[in-house]
Amino acid sequence: MSFSMHREGDITVVDVGGQLIVGNRQELKQKVLDELEKGDRRFLIDFAQTGYIDSSGLGVLVSLSKKIREQGGELRLANLNEDLKTLFELTKLDTLFQIADTRERALESF
Amino acid sequence: MGPLHDRAPCGPGGERFAVAIPSDVGRIEGVVEQVVARCVARDYPRQACALNVPVALTEALANAIVNGNGEDAAKRVEVRGCLDDRELVLEVHDEGAGFDLTASTNAPDDPDFVLREDGRGLFLMQALMDRVEQYAAPRAGNVVRLTLRRTA
Repeated sequence: MSFSMHREGDITVVDVGGQLIVGNRQELKQKVLDELEKGDRRFLIDFAQTGYIDSSGLGVLVSLSKKIREQGGELRLANLNEDLKTLFELTKLDTLFQIADTRERALESF
Repeated sequence: MGPLHDRAPCGPGGERFAVAIPSDVGRIEGVVEQVVARCVARDYPRQACALNVPVALTEALANAIVNGNGEDAAKRVEVRGCLDDRELVLEVHDEGAGFDLTASTNAPDDPDFVLREDGRGLFLMQALMDRVEQYAAPRAGNVVRLTLRRTA
């Protein structure tokens, strides 16, 4: 599992490698909150390299979405595979997040 | 209903397995990998191996470690499994005093379901497994049993 972060223009892109689960969710949360604290407001989390996400991982995404919105920012998601799409549909989180099929489309959508 | 080791043997060609870990959420992924590898080797459906089993087992293990054992490093969590060509049964045993699996559970019908940060664990287990049961272990602790029928 790993999280990497880089900038594309004024958008902070986070790549989630491996799983986003109870054992590592705090690491992702802290990395994003640190950038929010520094003034970043546009965030894209890319799941192209992600295996599975548990309820704790989903909870962190909801939490980050709220905190970023409170600061006037936006969090968008990209590259959910079929299983992750199923997970988001089951939990209705596909209605909360703006989700793009590709990173490029997500970046264009800001 | 009794624990897995008291039940009838696995179906023809079935295999039993068991793995124990300390109460550390960082150890969950390794256990899940072992169980998923068995499902893949037995040619279970792709989605079962990539979504249903890993997510539901992660939820059950997290419950056992956090709610069951209170993340007490001296207590262990054990997964006992039975895998055959009909179904996968997983029992997650903790050493705690018991916990209410339904506590703080959120349901899709709740108005704030989407906005809540927690409470999706049981919902996901039930959505991804065919059966989710909880009972007190014979001597001490708590067991959550997950059953997934093979559909293809």
